[in-house]
Amino acid sequence: MARKFLSGNEAFAEGIRLAKPQVISAYPITPQTIVVERLSEMVEDKSLNAEFIHVESEHSALSWAMGASAVGARAFTATSSQGLLYMAECLTYAAGGRFPIVMMNANRSTALPWNIYGDQRDSLSLLDSGWIQAYAENAQESLDLALMSYYIAENSAVSTPLMLKLAGYVFPHTYEVVDVPVPEQADAFLPPFETENKIDFDNPKNLAFSAGPAHNDIFKYKEHIGVLNAAGVINEAERKFADIFGRSYTGLTESYKTEDADYIIITLGSIAGLVKETADKLRRQGKRVGVLRIRYMRPFPNADIVRAVKNAKAVAVLEKDISFGNEGTVCTNVKAALQKSNIPISNFIGGLGGKNISKKDIENIFLRLETEEPEIKFIGIETSGGEI
Amino acid sequence: MALNAKNLNEDEYFYGHKACAGCGGSLAVRLALKALGERSVAVLPAGCMSAVGFNFPQLCFSNNAIISTFAGTASMLTGIEAGLRARGITDFQAVGFAGDGGTADIGLQALSGTIDRNDDILYICYDNEAYMNTGIQKSSLTPFGAKTTTTPAGKNIRGNLRPKKNMFEIVAAHDIPYAATASVGYINDFINKVDKASKIRGTKYIHIIAPCPTGWGIRTDETVEIAKEVVDSGLWYLAEYENGEFTLNYRPKEFTSVSDYLKKQGRFKHLTDEDIEIIEKSRNVKWERINKTFKNAGGK
Amino acid sequence: MKPYLRDKIPSVFDEIPASPSYEAGYLVTKNSGWRNVKPVIDLGKCRGCLQCYLQCPDGVIFKRDGKVGIDYDFCKGCGICRKACKFGAVEMEAEK
Repeated sequence: MARKFLSGNEAFAEGIRLAKPQVISAYPITPQTIVVERLSEMVEDKSLNAEFIHVESEHSALSWAMGASAVGARAFTATSSQGLLYMAECLTYAAGGRFPIVMMNANRSTALPWNIYGDQRDSLSLLDSGWIQAYAENAQESLDLALMSYYIAENSAVSTPLMLKLAGYVFPHTYEVVDVPVPEQADAFLPPFETENKIDFDNPKNLAFSAGPAHNDIFKYKEHIGVLNAAGVINEAERKFADIFGRSYTGLTESYKTEDADYIIITLGSIAGLVKETADKLRRQGKRVGVLRIRYMRPFPNADIVRAVKNAKAVAVLEKDISFGNEGTVCTNVKAALQKSNIPISNFIGGLGGKNISKKDIENIFLRLETEEPEIKFIGIETSGGEI
Repeated sequence: MALNAKNLNEDEYFYGHKACAGCGGSLAVRLALKALGERSVAVLPAGCMSAVGFNFPQLCFSNNAIISTFAGTASMLTGIEAGLRARGITDFQAVGFAGDGGTADIGLQALSGTIDRNDDILYICYDNEAYMNTGIQKSSLTPFGAKTTTTPAGKNIRGNLRPKKNMFEIVAAHDIPYAATASVGYINDFINKVDKASKIRGTKYIHIIAPCPTGWGIRTDETVEIAKEVVDSGLWYLAEYENGEFTLNYRPKEFTSVSDYLKKQGRFKHLTDEDIEIIEKSRNVKWERINKTFKNAGGK
Repeated sequence: MKPYLRDKIPSVFDEIPASPSYEAGYLVTKNSGWRNVKPVIDLGKCRGCLQCYLQCPDGVIFKRDGKVGIDYDFCKGCGICRKACKFGAVEMEAEK
């Protein structure tokens, strides 16, 4: 294990190097570029033995990765925002084909208006594409998730692609001290990719075929079960990871001081760090507050959420997303998980297009929760008539 | 030794499929796979050949075969090639079969990227001159004058108003290692081009005219002869591009009648004598250029 | 090697694969019902030139004893073989 001072994207690239993908395809988009630039340097200096292909679009990046995965090669690609949307057709295709590709998505706002800064509209709008969706909080977790992603996706009971979200424009510019495992440790953790779901010259296959009304539902059901199975495999991966690397993770969610909390903010991604800091500050003032960080949006942590908030008086979902005409998508999912409880659930939408969410904003959310009146609120928007 | 009916691989790799009777596209796929053999990995985008060949549990390829996204023939093909190479497997041929829409329209970007990278794949466009799988809509390879369901022939518009996109020369302009045109009316020429292409490293492209009885308005038994006639009348040509040069493979001694070729087909029934004259003229212009710039064409 | 008819039609849950990937060349239905007419070879006239075999879009004509045979399970009756034969050895007969 070496300690290095790295940005989130660089840390993630280190994790991918350790996971040894055999093929990498990428089309550049801000702010994903640092990852693919580092990876191409690693291929150049031969510290990563992979085919690096310069595709001409994101659609081709993922289509190409599916071809490689369909012959049993470990594949990696990365994108962001408009690029993710451009490859959307291939997302459902890869999931339905059960190709366990790992893709990094640097979370970024979606046009229009054009904006290169971070929010979660891009990946949350594709929550139903059949991929496992993981959201990293910091550089260390992004490195560790890079390794764990392949372990989870390639498990034969899962066999589902995995999209790992790094906060665009927070991670590239925030440097942290990161533990970088040595290759021997990574090899002990992650077995080589083995699959039956591939082209085979001894037993030829017809793949990615059509299935009409008679069988289609069975394929879709099995695809659903594959995503659900990821929950158990995530736990298995984290146990093995802790044994080898000595760092522990907590499955689909991370509970932070929720046990006795009256008021809980449920959130995800890089903002979670600041929410936890704010909770600590309020705790010092005697307020019983906690944070539940969602680490995986799919499979969705229904049971974790029920468990974490069972003693709370009110919860707020803080997310960088809006499903226009309704509320934030994370909030809708949380509400479904808590359908049997009477707990008031508020939704705070902020950080769109990279707007800063301050400690003060978060304190305010905790304060408003004390009214125990559910609300859907955009934070940080002032109109001529005052705050909305 | 040149491939022919006698020595062609007797295995059938595309069989039991649900293509319409007399389908030229299925003939092109069948013949190419026979020329390539069992180590070929076929990629077919959403389109006629995948729709008729991959309906679980009726799976009609005996070799490894996969459906790609409509736009993703070339990209998936090169992913397969690189993935197998990364796994240390080298004895195979990655071959794509896309129609005219899948090649010249929605798949052109991925194909261009593949040729640009010179990925070691063979791309075969079976050109039936319209989106046949979705019900005969115009593509950019639909010829001038053809009636399709989106270029109807009425009082104001007489079918498709634009000429056929020149895919062969667009591909050649990338300085691809090998490109060729072909027709299911000249099978020996086609299977030998496939065989030749399989022995060249880098990107290879073959564009084969493959009539569709349903879309062209011909009888099911006329597929091969109409595909011969399109060459004999000079409206299509058999050629290759290699080492920066175009070569004409076959020159009809005298062109057969353009009018006869067109009038046999329901899609051209509405054409007036003036329309046919336009088509003849554009053929002559094309051949003037072939004569000047192609090897074996007389002028060069 | 060619795709061939199987006895087993995968249909219940456990027989459906987890991903859309299955044994190549797995046929469960014939195409013979598509035909109105069927090609019949006059072996007396057949010279074994194999043009019908070469031109068949369905690949149902195969070499046999220096001449050819037809797999009627998969012939759609398009008639290309009749046109291909220079020797008049293929006749199309109405299906009864």
